[in-house]
Amino acid sequence: MNAIVAEFPLLAVTLIKIVVLLFVVLTTLAYLTWFERKVVAHIQTRWGPYRVGPHGLLQPLADGLKFLFKEDPAPAGAERFVYYLAPFLAMTLALTTFAVIPFGPQDIRIFGQRTPLGITDLNIGLLILFAITSLGVYGVALAGWSSNSKYPLLGGLRSSAQMFSYELALTLSVVGVLLMAGSFSLREIIQAQQGRFWGVLPRWNIIAGPFPQIIGFFCYFVAAVAETNRAPFDLPEAESELVAGFHTEYASFKFAMFFMGEYANMITVSCLATIMFFGGWISPFPPAHAWAWTAFLPTALFAGLGLYLFFDGLRYETLLGRIVLPLLGAALCSLAVFFVLHPGANAFVQGPFWFLLKVFLFLFLYVWARGTLPRLRYDQLMAIGWKLLLPLSLANVLLTSLLLAWRQK
Amino acid sequence: MTVQNILFFVFAALVVAGAVSLILQRHPIHCALSLIVVMVSLAGLYLLLGAEFVAAVQIIVYAGAIMVLFVFVIMLLNAGEEERTNLSRLAHAAGVPLALALTAVLGVILTKAARLGGVKPLPPTPTHTLAMFLFRDYVFPFELTSFLILVAILGAVVLAQRER
Repeated sequence: MNAIVAEFPLLAVTLIKIVVLLFVVLTTLAYLTWFERKVVAHIQTRWGPYRVGPHGLLQPLADGLKFLFKEDPAPAGAERFVYYLAPFLAMTLALTTFAVIPFGPQDIRIFGQRTPLGITDLNIGLLILFAITSLGVYGVALAGWSSNSKYPLLGGLRSSAQMFSYELALTLSVVGVLLMAGSFSLREIIQAQQGRFWGVLPRWNIIAGPFPQIIGFFCYFVAAVAETNRAPFDLPEAESELVAGFHTEYASFKFAMFFMGEYANMITVSCLATIMFFGGWISPFPPAHAWAWTAFLPTALFAGLGLYLFFDGLRYETLLGRIVLPLLGAALCSLAVFFVLHPGANAFVQGPFWFLLKVFLFLFLYVWARGTLPRLRYDQLMAIGWKLLLPLSLANVLLTSLLLAWRQK
Repeated sequence: MTVQNILFFVFAALVVAGAVSLILQRHPIHCALSLIVVMVSLAGLYLLLGAEFVAAVQIIVYAGAIMVLFVFVIMLLNAGEEERTNLSRLAHAAGVPLALALTAVLGVILTKAARLGGVKPLPPTPTHTLAMFLFRDYVFPFELTSFLILVAILGAVVLAQRER
């Protein structure tokens, strides 16, 4: 092992980071489904998953097992090669996008190698990200076509039409941010947002001059929700019209792969929104001495959550819950204590903490939209894409570049 | 043999395999998929040459936009397998000598170019430099090209418009 590390340090370190990140992302994906079901359930005044494990916490595991052991039939007359290729495309492309996302400002050390937090830092990071996501449509379109069935075909057609209608607005909406940062590197885009107005307000792109990117953010987020085929833009899988759309004929783990791809895309979109418009890992509080207490907000959050879990878990209905929930709470509390005792560790988690908190808020926004908004009609969908988002994002590009040029004069 | 060399041969083999498969496949969707493989592998070759912006744009524009349109149209028409016709037999007869001639010409040109030094990978060109070339030094040819594309789009819209 050590010989390999000495021979190819970059390769070994990158492989380790990929394995760790993949593990974290796949776990997050599983619990994102749990989170979504819980939040939607509470919006509809239900309880959501509650039976498998305390508060339904083992539900994702049960679902995963179920996906693995279900029968996996392929429809007669399906185009075999493409039918099997489509779910692989959907999932691998969605997971590949995580390679360029930076999660924190500091470098970490693995086997004595300094390496950025995040798999790689490309100077065309954003372009590569868009390149990979623009290929993502093939997973959906080919799945619909190869199933040899009418509902998937309609779903695939809808999906490809929708995705290339919204791709224009999506790409144009970030041009304003690129003009202000002057770089395609996600790390540099975040660094360009450092600084404060009047020493207080963060200079994030959403409010920063010369032209605040509110319009850009609006266009980006609407187009991104449409690109990820999520409600209210989930026409490719509209269950009231198309059974389940493009993945009607997929069962077992192939269906799970589409599912994981969709959720991975949601996380990527939320990460990008955080990086481009909300300052990435930059804390919303100024670094001044009077605000030094905000460094303990992650600790306070962990401690509060841990204490709540501990004391609430003691009164849980089942015996398993009365054991597991207090243990979880105690683990969170001890994490909080660790951060208090080690100022270095506390300083290190600041960046990732704010980054992940913002990403989490966007994920909540996704679920919230799904729980409250009705699905659009197909002509409304096209009208929003071409007649509203495209002109708006073009106007945003024009105004931003004009104001930037005027300021440089 | 460096990593770059290995990657070059991998991408080059993918391009050639994709191109050959594009011609040999009978089903339009399989042809389109082969063309996507060619486009993406070409992007890999551009990346090896240090043209990172061109590589990304190659994937976004060709593989991500134009080929999606191809696939979309093939799906919309629900095109089945192509059949061999008299014309395709003619293409078969004329194609082989023409392909040989093209390969010969390319070979001659490449051997001459190799004597001049050939293609060398450069350090990655910053996108900023490329933008300076496009929008300052060569702005008129660039804008003229965009004008041409605009005319083509307008023409397509006019032709596709229904008679009133």
